[in-house]
Amino acid sequence: MTPETARLRSKTWACAAIVVLTNVFGDFSLKRGMPAALATPLSYITVLFRPWVALGVTLLVLWLLSRMTLLSWADLSYVLPVTSISYVLVAFLGRWLLQERITPQRWAGILLIVAGVALVGGGSAPQTFGRQPGGQS
Amino acid sequence: MKWLLIGIIVAATCVGEVLQAIGMRRHGEIADFRPSALGRAASALARNWIVIASVVAMGVSFFAFIGLLSFADLSFAVPVTAVTYVIETVLAKYVLKERVNWLRWAGAGVVLCGVVLVSL
Repeated sequence: MTPETARLRSKTWACAAIVVLTNVFGDFSLKRGMPAALATPLSYITVLFRPWVALGVTLLVLWLLSRMTLLSWADLSYVLPVTSISYVLVAFLGRWLLQERITPQRWAGILLIVAGVALVGGGSAPQTFGRQPGGQS
Repeated sequence: MKWLLIGIIVAATCVGEVLQAIGMRRHGEIADFRPSALGRAASALARNWIVIASVVAMGVSFFAFIGLLSFADLSFAVPVTAVTYVIETVLAKYVLKERVNWLRWAGAGVVLCGVVLVSL
Protein backbone atom coordinates (compact mmCIF):
# COMPACT_ATOMS: atom_id res chain seq x y z
CA MET A 1 0.00 0.00 0.00
CA THR A 2 1.55 3.29 -1.08
CA PRO A 3 1.34 6.35 1.22
CA GLU A 4 -1.18 7.85 -1.25
CA THR A 5 -3.45 4.79 -1.01
CA ALA A 6 -3.16 4.78 2.79
CA ARG A 7 -4.00 8.50 2.98
CA LEU A 8 -7.03 8.07 0.72
CA ARG A 9 -8.21 5.02 2.63
CA SER A 10 -8.12 6.58 6.12
CA LYS A 11 -9.81 9.75 4.84
CA THR A 12 -12.43 7.56 3.14
CA TRP A 13 -13.17 5.60 6.33
CA ALA A 14 -13.50 8.76 8.44
CA CYS A 15 -15.89 10.32 5.95
CA ALA A 16 -17.86 7.07 5.50
CA ALA A 17 -18.36 6.85 9.29
CA ILE A 18 -19.95 10.32 9.30
CA VAL A 19 -22.15 9.38 6.30
CA VAL A 20 -23.37 6.23 8.07
CA LEU A 21 -24.02 7.82 11.49
CA THR A 22 -25.92 10.84 10.16
CA ASN A 23 -28.00 8.55 7.91
CA VAL A 24 -28.90 6.10 10.69
CA PHE A 25 -29.71 8.66 13.37
CA GLY A 26 -31.48 10.87 10.83
CA ASP A 27 -33.82 8.05 9.75
CA PHE A 28 -34.37 7.05 13.39
CA SER A 29 -35.29 10.61 14.46
CA LEU A 30 -37.71 10.93 11.52
CA LYS A 31 -39.49 7.73 12.51
CA ARG A 32 -39.48 8.74 16.19
CA GLY A 33 -41.24 12.03 15.42
CA MET A 34 -43.57 10.89 12.64
CA PRO A 35 -47.33 10.77 13.42
CA ALA A 36 -49.31 7.67 12.44
CA ALA A 37 -50.66 9.25 9.25
CA LEU A 38 -50.00 12.21 6.97
CA ALA A 39 -53.57 13.00 5.93
CA THR A 40 -53.28 16.13 3.81
CA PRO A 41 -50.51 17.49 1.55
CA LEU A 42 -50.10 20.35 4.03
CA SER A 43 -49.23 17.90 6.81
CA TYR A 44 -46.08 16.94 4.87
CA ILE A 45 -44.88 20.49 5.62
CA THR A 46 -46.22 21.02 9.15
CA VAL A 47 -44.71 17.73 10.28
CA LEU A 48 -41.24 19.22 9.61
CA PHE A 49 -41.68 21.49 12.65
CA ARG A 50 -41.95 18.64 15.15
CA PRO A 51 -38.70 18.52 17.17
CA TRP A 52 -37.73 14.92 16.32
CA VAL A 53 -38.53 15.39 12.64
CA ALA A 54 -36.57 18.66 12.56
CA LEU A 55 -33.59 16.89 14.16
CA GLY A 56 -33.91 14.11 11.58
CA VAL A 57 -33.96 16.61 8.71
CA THR A 58 -30.87 18.37 10.10
CA LEU A 59 -29.01 15.07 10.34
CA LEU A 60 -30.07 14.10 6.81
CA VAL A 61 -28.80 17.44 5.46
CA LEU A 62 -25.43 16.63 7.09
CA TRP A 63 -25.72 13.16 5.54
CA LEU A 64 -26.21 14.69 2.08
CA LEU A 65 -23.20 17.01 2.51
CA SER A 66 -20.86 14.32 3.87
CA ARG A 67 -21.94 11.92 1.13
CA MET A 68 -21.20 14.57 -1.52
CA THR A 69 -17.77 15.08 0.03
CA LEU A 70 -17.08 11.33 -0.04
CA LEU A 71 -18.25 11.02 -3.66
CA SER A 72 -15.87 13.80 -4.69
CA TRP A 73 -13.10 11.20 -4.64
CA ALA A 74 -14.61 7.74 -4.07
CA ASP A 75 -16.43 5.51 -6.60
CA LEU A 76 -20.22 5.14 -6.26
CA SER A 77 -19.81 1.35 -6.57
CA TYR A 78 -17.48 1.52 -3.53
CA VAL A 79 -19.55 3.96 -1.44
CA LEU A 80 -22.78 1.94 -1.86
CA PRO A 81 -21.67 -1.32 -0.20
CA VAL A 82 -19.49 0.34 2.42
CA THR A 83 -22.27 2.63 3.66
CA SER A 84 -24.84 -0.20 3.54
CA ILE A 85 -23.72 -1.04 7.10
CA SER A 86 -26.37 1.54 7.98
CA TYR A 87 -29.06 -1.09 7.20
CA VAL A 88 -27.66 -3.11 10.08
CA LEU A 89 -27.51 -0.18 12.50
CA VAL A 90 -31.06 0.91 11.59
CA ALA A 91 -32.27 -2.61 12.42
CA PHE A 92 -30.55 -2.43 15.84
CA LEU A 93 -32.08 0.96 16.59
CA GLY A 94 -35.52 -0.29 15.52
CA ARG A 95 -35.12 -3.28 17.84
CA TRP A 96 -33.81 -1.45 20.90
CA LEU A 97 -35.40 1.97 20.78
CA LEU A 98 -38.61 1.46 18.78
CA GLN A 99 -39.41 -2.08 20.03
CA GLU A 100 -39.68 -3.49 16.48
CA ARG A 101 -39.32 -7.29 16.23
CA ILE A 102 -36.24 -8.83 14.61
CA THR A 103 -36.67 -12.43 13.45
CA PRO A 104 -33.77 -14.94 13.06
CA GLN A 105 -34.18 -14.43 9.31
CA ARG A 106 -33.50 -10.71 9.74
CA TRP A 107 -30.41 -11.42 11.84
CA ALA A 108 -29.15 -13.72 9.04
CA GLY A 109 -29.69 -10.90 6.55
CA ILE A 110 -27.80 -8.51 8.80
CA LEU A 111 -24.83 -10.92 8.91
CA LEU A 112 -24.82 -11.15 5.09
CA ILE A 113 -24.79 -7.35 4.81
CA VAL A 114 -21.79 -7.16 7.15
CA ALA A 115 -20.02 -9.83 5.03
CA GLY A 116 -20.69 -7.87 1.84
CA VAL A 117 -19.37 -4.67 3.38
CA ALA A 118 -16.20 -6.45 4.53
CA LEU A 119 -15.64 -7.88 1.01
CA VAL A 120 -15.76 -4.50 -0.70
CA GLY A 121 -14.32 -2.27 2.02
CA GLY A 122 -11.41 -4.54 2.91
CA GLY A 123 -10.39 -5.65 -0.53
CA SER A 124 -10.59 -2.80 -2.99
CA ALA A 125 -9.28 0.72 -3.41
CA PRO A 126 -11.97 3.42 -3.08
CA GLN A 127 -11.18 5.05 -6.42
CA THR A 128 -10.84 3.69 -9.94
CA PHE A 129 -11.94 6.52 -12.18
CA GLY A 130 -9.24 8.77 -13.58
CA ARG A 131 -6.90 5.80 -13.89
CA GLN A 132 -6.07 3.79 -16.99
CA PRO A 133 -7.69 0.34 -17.19
CA GLY A 134 -5.05 -2.17 -16.14
CA GLY A 135 -3.12 0.45 -14.20
CA GLN A 136 -1.98 0.10 -10.58
CA SER A 137 -4.90 0.33 -8.19
CA MET B 1 -50.23 3.71 -1.92
CA LYS B 2 -47.37 1.91 -0.19
CA TRP B 3 -45.85 0.53 -3.39
CA LEU B 4 -46.41 3.81 -5.23
CA LEU B 5 -44.39 5.63 -2.54
CA ILE B 6 -41.67 2.96 -2.69
CA GLY B 7 -41.52 3.31 -6.49
CA ILE B 8 -41.12 7.09 -6.22
CA ILE B 9 -38.42 6.73 -3.55
CA VAL B 10 -36.46 4.21 -5.61
CA ALA B 11 -36.63 6.15 -8.89
CA ALA B 12 -35.82 9.53 -7.31
CA THR B 13 -32.99 8.10 -5.20
CA CYS B 14 -31.31 6.41 -8.18
CA VAL B 15 -31.49 9.55 -10.30
CA GLY B 16 -30.38 11.77 -7.40
CA GLU B 17 -27.44 9.68 -6.28
CA VAL B 18 -26.04 9.05 -9.75
CA LEU B 19 -26.29 12.78 -10.56
CA GLN B 20 -24.62 13.49 -7.22
CA ALA B 21 -21.73 11.19 -8.14
CA ILE B 22 -21.36 12.81 -11.60
CA GLY B 23 -21.51 16.33 -10.15
CA MET B 24 -18.99 15.64 -7.40
CA ARG B 25 -16.59 13.94 -9.76
CA ARG B 26 -16.64 17.00 -12.02
CA HIS B 27 -15.92 19.12 -8.97
CA GLY B 28 -12.92 17.01 -8.03
CA GLU B 29 -11.56 15.66 -4.76
CA ILE B 30 -12.28 17.75 -1.65
CA ALA B 31 -8.89 17.66 0.05
CA ASP B 32 -8.81 20.89 2.08
CA PHE B 33 -11.07 20.81 5.14
CA ARG B 34 -10.40 24.32 6.48
CA PRO B 35 -13.64 26.37 6.78
CA SER B 36 -12.66 28.91 4.10
CA ALA B 37 -11.83 26.18 1.58
CA LEU B 38 -15.06 24.33 2.40
CA GLY B 39 -16.96 27.58 1.88
CA ARG B 40 -15.39 28.00 -1.56
CA ALA B 41 -16.26 24.39 -2.43
CA ALA B 42 -19.86 24.96 -1.27
CA SER B 43 -20.27 28.07 -3.41
CA ALA B 44 -18.83 26.26 -6.45
CA LEU B 45 -21.25 23.37 -5.86
CA ALA B 46 -24.24 25.71 -5.47
CA ARG B 47 -23.61 26.84 -9.07
CA ASN B 48 -23.19 23.29 -10.39
CA TRP B 49 -26.44 22.38 -12.20
CA ILE B 50 -25.89 18.66 -11.90
CA VAL B 51 -25.50 18.96 -8.12
CA ILE B 52 -28.63 21.16 -7.91
CA ALA B 53 -30.64 18.61 -9.93
CA SER B 54 -29.40 15.83 -7.64
CA VAL B 55 -30.52 17.75 -4.52
CA VAL B 56 -33.99 18.28 -6.08
CA ALA B 57 -34.29 14.55 -6.80
CA MET B 58 -33.18 13.69 -3.25
CA GLY B 59 -35.81 16.13 -1.96
CA VAL B 60 -38.56 14.29 -3.87
CA SER B 61 -37.23 11.03 -2.43
CA PHE B 62 -37.25 12.55 1.09
CA PHE B 63 -40.92 13.58 1.01
CA ALA B 64 -41.97 10.19 -0.37
CA PHE B 65 -39.89 8.59 2.39
CA ILE B 66 -41.57 10.51 5.24
CA GLY B 67 -44.92 9.59 3.67
CA LEU B 68 -43.92 5.92 3.84
CA LEU B 69 -42.48 6.26 7.37
CA SER B 70 -45.74 7.67 8.71
CA PHE B 71 -47.39 4.21 8.45
CA ALA B 72 -44.55 1.69 7.92
CA ASP B 73 -41.96 0.23 10.36
CA LEU B 74 -38.50 1.78 10.19
CA SER B 75 -37.03 -1.73 9.82
CA PHE B 76 -39.27 -2.28 6.77
CA ALA B 77 -38.97 1.13 5.10
CA VAL B 78 -35.19 1.32 5.10
CA PRO B 79 -34.32 -2.16 3.75
CA VAL B 80 -37.08 -2.20 1.12
CA THR B 81 -35.64 0.89 -0.55
CA ALA B 82 -32.28 -0.88 -0.87
CA VAL B 83 -33.27 -2.13 -4.31
CA THR B 84 -31.69 1.17 -5.42
CA TYR B 85 -28.44 -0.45 -4.48
CA VAL B 86 -28.46 -2.94 -7.36
CA ILE B 87 -29.71 -0.42 -9.93
CA GLU B 88 -27.01 2.04 -8.89
CA THR B 89 -24.17 -0.51 -9.10
CA VAL B 90 -25.24 -1.25 -12.69
CA LEU B 91 -25.44 2.51 -13.41
CA ALA B 92 -21.99 3.00 -11.84
CA LYS B 93 -20.57 0.60 -14.39
CA TYR B 94 -22.41 1.76 -17.51
CA VAL B 95 -23.07 5.47 -16.85
CA LEU B 96 -20.17 6.42 -14.58
CA LYS B 97 -17.75 3.97 -16.30
CA GLU B 98 -16.35 2.77 -13.00
CA ARG B 99 -14.35 -0.43 -13.06
CA VAL B 100 -16.60 -2.66 -10.98
CA ASN B 101 -14.30 -5.61 -10.23
CA TRP B 102 -15.43 -9.08 -9.11
CA LEU B 103 -15.05 -8.13 -5.42
CA ARG B 104 -17.53 -5.27 -5.80
CA TRP B 105 -20.01 -7.44 -7.73
CA ALA B 106 -19.65 -10.16 -5.09
CA GLY B 107 -20.09 -7.61 -2.30
CA ALA B 108 -23.14 -6.13 -4.04
CA GLY B 109 -24.63 -9.61 -4.48
CA VAL B 110 -24.06 -10.61 -0.85
CA VAL B 111 -25.47 -7.33 0.46
CA LEU B 112 -28.52 -7.73 -1.79
CA CYS B 113 -29.21 -11.24 -0.41
CA GLY B 114 -28.94 -9.80 3.10
CA VAL B 115 -31.26 -6.92 2.28
CA VAL B 116 -33.87 -9.35 0.86
CA LEU B 117 -33.73 -11.45 4.05
CA VAL B 118 -34.08 -8.37 6.25
CA SER B 119 -37.06 -7.00 4.37
CA LEU B 120 -39.06 -10.25 3.93
